[in-house]
Amino acid sequence: MATTDLAVSCHEVRKHFGEGETRIEALRGVDFSARFGELSFLVGPSGCGKTTLISVIAGLLDRTAGELAVLGTRMDDLSGTRRVLFRRQNVGFVFQQYNLLPALTAAENVAVPLLAAGTSRKEAVDRAKSLLSRLGLGSRTDALPSTLSGGQQQRVAIARSLVHEPRLVVCDEPTAALDHASGEAVMGLLAGNAVQPDRAVIVVTHDTRVFHYAHSIARMDDGRIVDVSRPNGSPRTADRGPTDSSVQEVFA
Amino acid sequence: MNFVALRMLTGDRAKYFGLVFAIAFCTFLLENQTSIFASIMRRTSSQILDVTDAEVWVMDPQTEYFEQTKALKDTDLTRVRSVPGVAWAVRLFKGSPVARTLSGKFAVSEVFGLDDATLSGAPRKMLLGSWERLREPDSVVIDQAGYVLLFPGEPLELGRILEMNDHRVAIVGISDASAPFLSVPIIHTRYSEAVNFLGRERTQLSFVIARAQAGTTPEELAARISNATALRARTTGQFMWDCIRYYLRNTGIPVNFGITIAVAIVVGAVVAGQTFYLFTVENLKQFGALKAMGVTNPRLVGMILLQAGSVAALGFAIGTGMAATFFEIFLHKLATRGIVLIWQSVGLTGACILFVVIVASILSIRRVLVLEPAEVFRA
Ligand SMILES: Nc1ncnc2c1ncn2[C@@H]1O[C@H](COP(=O)(O)OP(=O)(O)OP(=O)(O)O)[C@@H](O)[C@H]1O
Ligand SMILES: [Mg+2]
Repeated sequence: MATTDLAVSCHEVRKHFGEGETRIEALRGVDFSARFGELSFLVGPSGCGKTTLISVIAGLLDRTAGELAVLGTRMDDLSGTRRVLFRRQNVGFVFQQYNLLPALTAAENVAVPLLAAGTSRKEAVDRAKSLLSRLGLGSRTDALPSTLSGGQQQRVAIARSLVHEPRLVVCDEPTAALDHASGEAVMGLLAGNAVQPDRAVIVVTHDTRVFHYAHSIARMDDGRIVDVSRPNGSPRTADRGPTDSSVQEVFA
Repeated sequence: MNFVALRMLTGDRAKYFGLVFAIAFCTFLLENQTSIFASIMRRTSSQILDVTDAEVWVMDPQTEYFEQTKALKDTDLTRVRSVPGVAWAVRLFKGSPVARTLSGKFAVSEVFGLDDATLSGAPRKMLLGSWERLREPDSVVIDQAGYVLLFPGEPLELGRILEMNDHRVAIVGISDASAPFLSVPIIHTRYSEAVNFLGRERTQLSFVIARAQAGTTPEELAARISNATALRARTTGQFMWDCIRYYLRNTGIPVNFGITIAVAIVVGAVVAGQTFYLFTVENLKQFGALKAMGVTNPRLVGMILLQAGSVAALGFAIGTGMAATFFEIFLHKLATRGIVLIWQSVGLTGACILFVVIVASILSIRRVLVLEPAEVFRA
């Protein structure tokens, strides 16, 4: 079932929480795939299972049944520890609430995935700083998250999701906490920098304003994928997104 | 990741200081109370420990502790001397007459009558004068604290007169005897003098103190004397513990301190342990994010232990500093001499803090280990 340009492929994936009275069927047989070099959007009403699906794909949750291959690895074959190492090496995360460590500077936050993999502090922070510069935050590398705007924090989070050059990036509602301009800029940044020929990016979103960035949009409802569309024309991700200076203007 | 752990810890100033303070306070309270307790207990046998030339104390079989003496017979001294292994044995008188100054100030004192010939049984330390001068008629040596009590505000000088039971004596020396349990003057004189100080009381041979010959341990000698004479013979160390045990059993002191120490431990454990545990719980979201990003469980455990270890070390150091300062400032007086911060109580407190921190860490670690990393996606 897996073809070479598929980064993620799910077949009949099921996931339930709890048992008996409280059993919740979050995923009821999901067929979903995400290609390398693309931004795959996952949309759907609240509670339909989007977060559960990307958690299963990213190796944060174990599926209950079904087949799941991520980056050529069958996830059900991975033991607990190897799953952690898989995540560490291959997956970048962007969360709605940014989840930056408040006591670390922007650069140190970005460096966390490198530190987790054992890179020395100096090298990790240096790499983080140069990435932040490329993403237009070169002047705020030593700032604490609390002194940054929401959009800036989310850009730091995006840098953190990319710094270790993972082959899969998952984003859960990355623009939901942002105003329109910041949301647009963040998505532009993601589209322009995260999308690489050997990387797949999955974005869960409610935000119809940013749909034009998608290569494919999978609609989910009640634990199933009900529709997949590929928007006509080349999405804006075809170019490199907004330049550093235009991003800086938006966040200024 | 170590610096990340430390930064998480110190990032929130208020919480961090709260944690360090809780541990410091608990350390201070524990060290303070256990040290004072141990020092007070040790004071019950100050005068036993001050006698460094004798190794074995012989007393009436009924005697349980130092203050409770019953007269021995004069023949008992000869019987002890005839036990094999005794290098020497001399008599020691102990009584509690009233000492009165010419100006009318008085205090119940503790008088020790030393063997006339050898003056054995005196504490070594002498501040003014000499032990040899005790050979002069009607002479006594008084300890510094007793002198200050009887002659308040006056300079330390020899030659002052005391009345011991209408018996006038001159001070020929001022000693640095260890603080007794009750802060009474400690007066040393010759045995033959001392018996005159006690009016209606009977002449008493309170103790025979002895030293073992080379090759015989004090324990062996004490056992041998007990067997041979049917008297109670104890080494200095054994006698000290007899006294401490007696006070533990028969006074409210241990209960009192026990309560404070228990309160210190409970409050300290609850406050310090709870604060650290809550600190981890409040940071669960951050730990969850780290977990999602692939920080392994052993790494997370290491981070928590590092956080716990460093607040514990800092809090303990500050608390010990506070305790040392307290003893230096408040108990550096004559009357409270000997009440010091003892290393045993620092060690014990350290062990307590370590225990509390380990328990809090285990609880914290448990929370982090069972944490579902997928939780990071939830707001
Ligand atoms: N850990 C869990 N335990 C029990 N039920 C859960 C758990 N996680 C999710 N669920 C349930 O699974 C279903 C799908 O949840 P999920 O968070 O995946 O939805 P979602 O599409 O991301 O919704 P939203 O748009 O509100 O974020 C919901 O009914 C939710 O209550
Ligand atoms: Mg969700």
